[in-house]
Amino acid sequence: MTDRKSLYLMTPALAWLTGLMVIPCLLILVLAFFRRGIYGGIEYTFTLENIWLVFDPLYAGIFVKSATIAGTSALIAVIVGYAAAYAIAAAPSRRQPMLLFFAVLPFWSNYLVRTYAWIVLLNREGLIASVVHSLGYDGELPRLLYTESAVVVGLVYNYLPFVILACYAPLSRLNPEVIEASRDLGGSGWTTFRRVTLPMTAPGIATGFVFVFVLSIGNFVTPALLGGGQFQMIGNLVYAQFLTANDWPFGAALSMFLIAIMMGLLTLQTFATERASGARKEES
Amino acid sequence: MLRHFPKTLTAIGFGMICSATALSAEGLVVSNWDGYMAPDAIDAFNTASGNSAELVLHGTNEEIMGKLIASKGKGYDVVFVSSPFAEVLHNLGLAEELDHAKIPNIANLYEQATKLEHDPGNAFSVPYAWGTTGLCYRSDLVADAPDSWMDLLAPADAVRGKTTMLATDRWLLGAGFLAKGYSVNETDADKLGEVRDLLIEAKDTLLAYDDATFYAKLVSGEAELVHAWDGWCNYGIAENADIKYVIPSEGSDLWVDTMVILKNSENKDAAYSFVNFILDAKNHGWAAENILYKVPNEPAMSALSADMFATFPNMGITPDVLIGYEQLRDVGEATRAYARAVSEIKAAD
Repeated sequence: MTDRKSLYLMTPALAWLTGLMVIPCLLILVLAFFRRGIYGGIEYTFTLENIWLVFDPLYAGIFVKSATIAGTSALIAVIVGYAAAYAIAAAPSRRQPMLLFFAVLPFWSNYLVRTYAWIVLLNREGLIASVVHSLGYDGELPRLLYTESAVVVGLVYNYLPFVILACYAPLSRLNPEVIEASRDLGGSGWTTFRRVTLPMTAPGIATGFVFVFVLSIGNFVTPALLGGGQFQMIGNLVYAQFLTANDWPFGAALSMFLIAIMMGLLTLQTFATERASGARKEES
Repeated sequence: MLRHFPKTLTAIGFGMICSATALSAEGLVVSNWDGYMAPDAIDAFNTASGNSAELVLHGTNEEIMGKLIASKGKGYDVVFVSSPFAEVLHNLGLAEELDHAKIPNIANLYEQATKLEHDPGNAFSVPYAWGTTGLCYRSDLVADAPDSWMDLLAPADAVRGKTTMLATDRWLLGAGFLAKGYSVNETDADKLGEVRDLLIEAKDTLLAYDDATFYAKLVSGEAELVHAWDGWCNYGIAENADIKYVIPSEGSDLWVDTMVILKNSENKDAAYSFVNFILDAKNHGWAAENILYKVPNEPAMSALSADMFATFPNMGITPDVLIGYEQLRDVGEATRAYARAVSEIKAAD
């Protein structure tokens, strides 16, 4: 394809992204350098106050907390998702499309609806509690909903399909002869997995991890619904600045750092994937 | 201040779509919360007045305020906002100084409703609904009827983990201020700190913070005692007669939702006649009958059936009692300190 042709083909997408995403984001980010007006508007005097405020222990702490929750969710999603992807890739090839279809099925329903479904399931008078009680258990169950674990469970559940897809791609492309070679050379099943399969599919794992992490750290719906508003994640803080505190400049400063973290991670992941695939090309 | 909050996300989306149409409309543009007036109110007004008014929706006060501040109030004629926000619109010079001669139905207001702290004499805002914030509970599940804010903030062991509190800054802090006997508009940093600490302790005992579904949690039995606006408690009472509402002995705030005409409105006459139309006893009474909020309209309230007051006792809280409570006021620069205190509470482990 000529360069010019690819330019033409890319123009609509680029224009769309630039006009509807990059420019609006920049417009918001610029606000970070202005003052909040006394009644919540913007006062156009330059200030760095909002940027410093992000490093205040309170807000920095919320960043760390969000990263911990997002990291835990990403880790669990990768372990569960990789196992599922491995099983799908190992299944007879005519069954694989069906299994993949089931894996992404939840994506076909609305995120909010799915999250509310968890509330129905987990609440104190919910499905799980009534099943347990109907089996004859009388005591109080440990609290399932409105806890940090509920938030993690919700995030893992919602983003798991991403991991399955990201890990399935390299797993299904894995040349079975490589595995056979390892076995022929005396590698046990575990050694083969650890020294051959895992390294060759690492880019998929990295992609899955980064996806779940990035989507989780900015999420505000799940902590609000499954955390009962008791766990403030950075997304909730940004939401509050824009919609309740009416402090757009500080909200913009917070989003700026959130976007920076996300972009940093995505860049790292892209480099890692490229290096891994580059290394493989050199080998072959 | 987020009466009709449950679908904030959709509402924001709606708001965006609607604001686009708002700017292009030629007729009267009214912005209100979803479901806060009769579904046919706009049509009825148009038929009666020959206008082509249009309703747009906002999910929260903050959302409509953001738009009004950005557009200097252009593109909207009448907005429904809670009183502290009406005050801000006035301070920003965006609210019309009302000419009462153009609103004859303003005579329907209770005398108490013309003496509101935020706007004595209704110079720039007309009250639409008013009420209190207190405790809504399951009388069949809670052994001792609550009568103090401390029953919510330091609940008895049997109720621990079965209480919810409003999450919005002003009301969350309000519960603490009232429990301590402070003004709901307190801005002193030490007192704010005390209240923050009290609310951090209370957080341990909560089931959740909830602004939108607390009454449903009561109905299901998931929660037994919740921090609630009286009107919303009525939604629970409607489904379960064992649900009761009480104003704690330390008192309540008086919340008032108002109608404000924008100074930059290009349809002022129509705006006045719309406000007048709403103040008509029958139209105003719709809100009391259907959304179970008290309206400050004397003939509208007198027209309610005795059943209504029997089923929903808080509908009978008198204007004299209401006016005795302190209103939430705009606290200016302290808003940031409030927001920070709330972040500290929510971030606490």
